[in-house]
This record gives sequence, structure tokens and C-alpha cells, in this order.
Amino acid sequence: MTDRPFVHFDGVQKSYDGETLVVKNLNLEIAPGEFVTMLGPSGSGKTTCLMMLAGFEAATSGEIYLKGEPINNVPPHKRNIGMVFQNYALFPHMTVAENLAFPLQVRKMRRAEVKDKVARALGMVQMDEFGNRKPAQLSGGQQQRVALARALVFEPELVLMDEPLGALDKQLREHMQYEIKHIHEQLGVTVVYVTHDQSEALTMSDRIAVFDDGVIQQLAPPADLYERPDNAFVAQFIGENNRLPGTVRAIRDGVARVALDQGPEVDALAVNCGDVSNRTVLSIRPERVQVNTVDGPNRLDGRVEELIYLGDHIRCRMKVCGRDDFIVKVPNSPEHAMLREGETCTVGWNTNDCRALDLAPGTI
Amino acid sequence: MTDASYHTAPIPGSPTDARGALLAADGTPLKAKLRESMRTSRRRAFMLVLPLLLFVLASFVVPILMLLWQGVYNSTYATDMPRSAPIARAWDGTSPPTEAMAEAMVLDLRDAREAKTIGKVATRVNRELSGTRSLFTKSARRAARMEAPFLDALVDVDEDWGKVETWGAIKIAATSLTPAFYAAAVDAKYTATGDFEMRDEERQIHVSLFWKTIWVSGAVMLACLLLGYPIAYLLAHLPMRTSNLLMILVLLPFWTSLLVRTTAWIAMLQSQGVLNDIFVFLGVTGDDQRFSLIYNMTGTLIAMTHILLPFMILPIYSVMRAIPPSHVRAAKSLGATNWTAFWRVYFPATIPGIGAGGLLVFILSIGYYITPALVGGQDGQLISNFIAFHMQRSLNWSLAAALGGILLVIVLVLYWLYDRIVGIDNMKLG
Repeated sequence: MTDRPFVHFDGVQKSYDGETLVVKNLNLEIAPGEFVTMLGPSGSGKTTCLMMLAGFEAATSGEIYLKGEPINNVPPHKRNIGMVFQNYALFPHMTVAENLAFPLQVRKMRRAEVKDKVARALGMVQMDEFGNRKPAQLSGGQQQRVALARALVFEPELVLMDEPLGALDKQLREHMQYEIKHIHEQLGVTVVYVTHDQSEALTMSDRIAVFDDGVIQQLAPPADLYERPDNAFVAQFIGENNRLPGTVRAIRDGVARVALDQGPEVDALAVNCGDVSNRTVLSIRPERVQVNTVDGPNRLDGRVEELIYLGDHIRCRMKVCGRDDFIVKVPNSPEHAMLREGETCTVGWNTNDCRALDLAPGTI
Repeated sequence: MTDASYHTAPIPGSPTDARGALLAADGTPLKAKLRESMRTSRRRAFMLVLPLLLFVLASFVVPILMLLWQGVYNSTYATDMPRSAPIARAWDGTSPPTEAMAEAMVLDLRDAREAKTIGKVATRVNRELSGTRSLFTKSARRAARMEAPFLDALVDVDEDWGKVETWGAIKIAATSLTPAFYAAAVDAKYTATGDFEMRDEERQIHVSLFWKTIWVSGAVMLACLLLGYPIAYLLAHLPMRTSNLLMILVLLPFWTSLLVRTTAWIAMLQSQGVLNDIFVFLGVTGDDQRFSLIYNMTGTLIAMTHILLPFMILPIYSVMRAIPPSHVRAAKSLGATNWTAFWRVYFPATIPGIGAGGLLVFILSIGYYITPALVGGQDGQLISNFIAFHMQRSLNWSLAAALGGILLVIVLVLYWLYDRIVGIDNMKLG
């Protein structure tokens, strides 16, 4: 990053009970205007990080900087950070317009200016006609828009979003993802977004920080995260992947020769597999597996166990190397082989598509 | 869509009758069919509540209605003095008493003395004009020996029999359905000519007592709110384990007898009591100048506030528990200081609880009896103590009923006002 970081977590730790760390040594730099998503399973520490940034939780050790200034001792209302909460947290006794006017009124803005800004913010989320409604009279999606508008109306440079789309149905959620993305692009605000939904993270973010066990497992743009996971947790958490355990036999030019536990030796990119004779797990995306048209060093025999027709592709569960959870996505197009249940075939992959990763506990 | 159009708009494609009502598959109107299918479950529900309904009717609703009826209907005189009552009612209330009135009176006095009902009758008339009690008992004793002309015979016994006021009081007592008791309950007097006039200044007690009762109830409600709100806030924001423990302390008074709690206050507050001893020990006051904290209004206020406090805390607490913490956080993230976040976001959300608690405490204290009776002394008596007095001592049940009726009306008016201002749907009792 060339710019001075806009948000900077510097060695931040958080513990609630003095015995376990919920956040372990967090270091994260966020550039101005960036859309960064904290993604992880529940209990991974992502929401705690957001709350520390918002000022509702104090860091146990370490420092958080906003625009270069340490903010550990700045109370939440002076941080000027917009926030969208999981259940919107709209004030039920105020109308939509009053909700939006609230942050402006506490800033002692003039009445005419407040009215003007509220109208513009409502226009931005296409809710112009709903100013006089109470939140309870709105649908979930509409409440979501109001919450978004309220977090943006006082023009903060940083907006935090804590699983804001969690309560919406699938279609609306996808629609809102685009809308938030467009608003982000329009306004150029910095957004820190927390979610446990990987597709949401992949759709919206500039960079994604994958959290697990209080640690950022990988921080990368969406494509990198999917194509080049650093470790077994990320590979498993983002998208689908087939896992084959084995032992490293040799490493040459970044390519590892791995002896599979119940199969032949194959080649894989040596990403995070340690040295020769280490245990490792190979990770291959289901859509990168080739069936019957294999050339190169990586060939395995497989038996078709189950076929699931999904329209644009066919999901095929195979038994490979003694494991019967090997998934292959076969595109539904004429040039691809049609498989039948019980059939035996050859599967394989390009060495570049297979990554040898750490054998994290619980991933096999 | 209006109600009417809702009922008449048929579902397209469904069979309807001539008036457009939906028909069920077998051709009967759908509404009748629905009623029929619901009948069994409705009957079962009714049978389940029937015992309670009967109990409440017999022990609560009917006695209250009977008592309220007594406030406007008292037939003591009409029953026990059957001859003179109709004549007195027909009398115009201003002309001099006639011989016919006197004759009926003497005959009734004789019978009443025989039947030993003369005391009741005399008391009834005495309520309208004091001094008539002895007039009646005295005359009844001599009625047996009286001979015509009866008016002169009566005036011989006491010249009050010749006065219009005496017969006016008889006329009022003879009218069974009368507003006299309600008039008395608001310190007015219903006269024989059908007018109302206020009582003398020094004999007006009820209206000022009503005002005092309302004032005390308001003060107790306010004190409960001021003391209870912070406690409810504390309870709602502590971890569940701690707050449950503290909640027991709040509920503890519910498990001890009201009488015990009130007498405990006597031990605390009396001039040789715990509180005064502490004051003397600390040098706040001298040993010979101990505070009088009990048997006056102060005692009533302190004891009632303590006893009614849980009724304020519980509804507020349950409302506070339901307020998502994210609301206050949202307010702060939007730039509100702690105070602004509390006052503009948190406090409005607790209003349903305050309303419920306030109404509960107010209505309970407006009819409070035991505590003022025990610790109120002369000064701290409320309207309910007067009602009890008229029920038990003066045996003027009709006046007690009229006072109770007015109390009921006040409560209903308050309830209505609350509904208009806050909305009864906003009330949360827990």
C-alpha cells in the first residue's frame, strides 16, 4: 500500500475473561476508499474487531489508528464512524426522516440543511416517499436501506457494517449487495464489512480478511482468495474444494511431489506444505478437475457414486483414493463426457490447479 | 380496502349466493359453515372458563353492582314507614305540613315501634337533618297514646314537627331512588325541592379528601418512578445471574404479609424507632426533638412508596430487557453523547413500562386502605379509610357506596385519559 493507511490495527488483542484471547495479535491496514470484508465463522473474532473499531469494545492491548491518530481512548460518538447494525437498530419511535435527521441534529446542524441532507440521503437509497413512515411499517429490505442511509447521511469517511444483510431473503440480499457496492463506488467511503457469507464477501469486497480463531488466516482480493488459498482453512471456507491427504516426497521449483495416502504420487504447487516427508493435504477445486481427458503427471482412477443434475452443470460425487467425497463439476456441454453412476473413469488436474497445503486439524 | 368491500368482494371463481356471500362446497354459506365448525372448540373454551366466570360473577361483579346500586337507592324509610312515605313524596316541600301527613306518620311510628325498626328509620332521617333521630324515637314512644288531631299531638311532643325542614328531610328519606348520597359524597346537599346546594364550608370534607387522595397517589407514583427507574435499569443491564439474585430482593416484599411490612415501618419510623435513634446518634437532631415520621402524611407516603415500588420496577424492567442494546450503540455511533442517546433513544423506548407501572401504582394507591389506616394517623387518612368508616362505624352504606362509585369513576377517567394520551396498546406489564 502506497497511501498512508486509513485504518490501522497495530498488534491488537482482545480478551473478555483474561483467560482466552478472542482476537490474537491483529495487524491490518486499510487504505482510504477501500472495501474490506472480515469473513469468518461465528466466534472467529471478526465482530469483536469491528466493535473495537467502532469504540464499543476496548482493545485489551495494541492500538487502533484512524487516519494516523490513535483512537483507543476516543469515545464512540466522537469517532465519526457510520455503522449499520445486524438488525438495523432503527429507532422505532421516530419516523424514517427523524431517524435520518438524528445524527445531523446531534451535530447541531441548521434545520434547513438537515432537511436537505435527509432528502438527499433518502433519494440515494430510493426511499423518497417513505420519510413519514415509522420503521415498523417498512419491509426488511426497506429498513435496511434506511439504516444504510442513516449511517451515511452525516458523511462519515468510514462506514462499518455488521452482517447487515443477514435477515433478508436470498434474492433481496443479492440485490442489496449490488446496491451497497454501487453506493460505495459513488461516495468513495471506506467500508469495513463483517459477514459469514462467503458469496457476499466475494461479490462486494476489494479485499477480504478471512478470520478464524482470532487470527487473520489470509488477507487478499477475492480472486486471489479463491484461486490461491494460503492454507487449508481458507481453501475449505471459501468455495468448495476436494481434499486429498498425503506425504511430501520431494520439492523442486515450487512443485511438490506428494504420495497420496491411498494412491499414486502426484504433483502439486508447494504453497504451505513444509519440507520433505511432511504431512500435507492437496486442495483441488471441483471445476478444475478433468475427467477422462487427462494428460500430464496427475492421473487417478475414480468411480462415479452419485450424479446430481443442476442444469448448467452436473455435480458428480466420486470415489477417489479411498475417499468418497470427491466432487467434480462437469459442465453441461456437448464436448464433455457424459458419466453414468457406477462407471469408472480417470480424473486429473493441471499441476497449477492443485495446491499442497498445511494439514490443519479438523480439516480432513 | 374497507371492511364492507372486504366482505362483499368474492374470490374470483368461487360460488356465491344472491347477495355475493361465499358458499362452501356443499352450498351452505361459508360463514355459517365456519361458525358451525368453530362451535365445538368455542364451547369447550367457554366450559373451561365457566367456573371462574361464575365465581367472579358471584363474588365480585354482583356484590359491586349491588353496592353501587345502594349509592342511589335506599328504601329503609319506604319499607318501614309504608303509610307516610307516599304522602311525604307527594308533598311539594314548601307548604305547611297537613293533618293527613301527620296521621300517616303517627300510625307508622306506632308500627315501627312495635316492629323495632324505629331506630333504623330515625337514623336514615337523621342523615338528612341532624337532630331528627331523637325527635323520631321520642315521638314513637308516645305515638301509641296520641289521638286526632295528630298534627297538634305531634307538635305537642316537639315543635319541630311543625317545621317545613323536618318534613323536607322526611321527604328526601322517603324517596328511595335518590341522588342525595352522591350529593353528600361531593359535599353538596339535595333539598326537598329537588335542588342541590353546597354544604357549609366547615362541613365539607369529601372533596378535599378526594383531592388529597389523588395528590398522595400522584406523589407515591412519582416517588416510585424516581426510585424504581434506576433500579430497573441496573437490573436490566447486569448479567442475568446477578440480576436474578437482585430481582429476588425486589420480589421479597411480595412474599411477606402487607401487614408485617407496614408494622415494620412503625418500628422503623416511630419517635423511639430505629431511624430516629440513628438521627439522634449522628447528631442530626436532639433527643428531645425527634422527627415525627409516622402517624401523619409522611408515614403514609414513605410506607406506600415502599410497598408499591415493585409494581413500578417490574413493568419497567421487562420493557428495558426487551430494548436491543444496539439501539443505544447506534445512537452513539451516530454522534450522540451518552445523555442524548439515553434521553432521545433509550428513554422513549421505556415509556410503555413507565406508563404501565405508573398507572398500576396510581390505581393501587388511590384505593389504598391498610397502610394509611395503620401509619396515617389523623392527617394521613385517604378516601378509602372514609369509605371503611362509613361501612363499619357509621353504617351509612349508601354514602360509602357513593364515595366508592366516585372513586371508580375517577379511575375509569384516568384509564381513559391514559388510553388517549399514551395508548393502552403501548402498556406492557411484563
